[in-house]
Amino acid sequence: MNPTSSPLPPLEHLGRGPLTEDEMAARVARDIPHGSYVNLGIGRPTLVADHLPGGAGVVLHTENGMLNMGPAARDGQIDPDLINAGKIPVTELPGAAYFHHADSFAMMRGGHLDICVLGAFQVSSAGDLANWHTGAADAIPAVGGAMDLAIGAKRVFVMMTLFTKQGVPKLVPECTYPLTGVGCVDRVYTDFATFQVGPGGATVLETFGIPYDDLAQRLGLALSRQDGT
Amino acid sequence: MSVRACRDPDEAVAGIEDGSTILVGGFGMAGMPADLIEALIRQGATELTVVSNNAGNGDTGLAALLDKGRVRRIVCSFPRQSDSWVFDRLYHEGRIDLEVVPQGTLAERLRAAGAGIGAFYSPTGAGTLLAEGKETREIAGRTHVLEYPIKGDVALIGAHRADGMGNLVYRKTARNFGPVMATAATTVVAQVHEIVDIGALDPEAVVTPGIYVDRVVQVVSAA
Repeated sequence: MNPTSSPLPPLEHLGRGPLTEDEMAARVARDIPHGSYVNLGIGRPTLVADHLPGGAGVVLHTENGMLNMGPAARDGQIDPDLINAGKIPVTELPGAAYFHHADSFAMMRGGHLDICVLGAFQVSSAGDLANWHTGAADAIPAVGGAMDLAIGAKRVFVMMTLFTKQGVPKLVPECTYPLTGVGCVDRVYTDFATFQVGPGGATVLETFGIPYDDLAQRLGLALSRQDGT
Repeated sequence: MSVRACRDPDEAVAGIEDGSTILVGGFGMAGMPADLIEALIRQGATELTVVSNNAGNGDTGLAALLDKGRVRRIVCSFPRQSDSWVFDRLYHEGRIDLEVVPQGTLAERLRAAGAGIGAFYSPTGAGTLLAEGKETREIAGRTHVLEYPIKGDVALIGAHRADGMGNLVYRKTARNFGPVMATAATTVVAQVHEIVDIGALDPEAVVTPGIYVDRVVQVVSAA
């Protein structure tokens, strides 16, 4: 980071509340470069598709075997042979391609996807991801493609609320839930702040509706600020 | 040996033995060989190991096979779903063994079985519960996990069309596990919407060459 280069935008966005779910999705969409190949995880990350501008040239991958997936199917468009990884009926865009599961996961594991966006139970400041299993004794473990996605894409974005409903931080020094992948997350987009995570720890890129110092106190985590102040 | 066109799903699943490992295609209901599973329930084979992405939905198909107590063990990536109550009950009652495999690793282990690969190293799952007890190796600075092939005695898959050679084409995302499972089992049975004459499928568009396919059966319901 070079503080003498062009000035960074303000880190704190105050005078507003935390981001809504849609605003989080829009925030993630802004960081997806033109022409990227992207996988959006099941659940909240699928909202990102609604915020990719027309002409962004982003090609969506669904791991059950399709590139250039279109929006969810409406009544009358539903084809039981055309679903996404969440088993929701979807549509195909011109230029779509279909392939089998081994090819689909090979393109993921082989580093051909630019970005995947995943939900999470917890992310550690080193970029460890926990999003598949609570570890509860009576829980039935079910992993799906989460582990393949976590280690496969060139960049892994997590989109989640920063705190549980009970107010417990989900960005943590060490994950206490079983891991999905080790050191695999690059960025964490939350309602209260956006973070860069990795071997250098967690860096706050921006906050929403909360001053940096309050955020640091609520997280109880070693943090740095992107603006270096 | 050439492909046999069966007159109905019961003929297509005849001879499946107790204790077999059955690969079951489909992701959700797309590509699910529902008629073959119903025929397998009637056929009666038991003590089965089932390899499939999910562990049954609702009360029909794979869920019905489970409900009849025919499945001793299931290998899948995502057993728990909103409508997987049959599996959930058997699991909590300790009446079924579960091996959870990451979805891409499941596909690749099937591919390896079909391709004659002894085992492979994959970065997926390294450092997680699903790698516990498995050999690992550092390759190019990254931890990889040793994974073994999954071979079936029988594969039951759904495809769109077959020709008289057993060549298969699929439709949209219903392709999913069909092509890899077709390579990975001793006996491969495909239910299709239509069986066409030899020469009627574009050879450039064939996804599963007939060499892999042993029996085909045309069904009227959605695959």
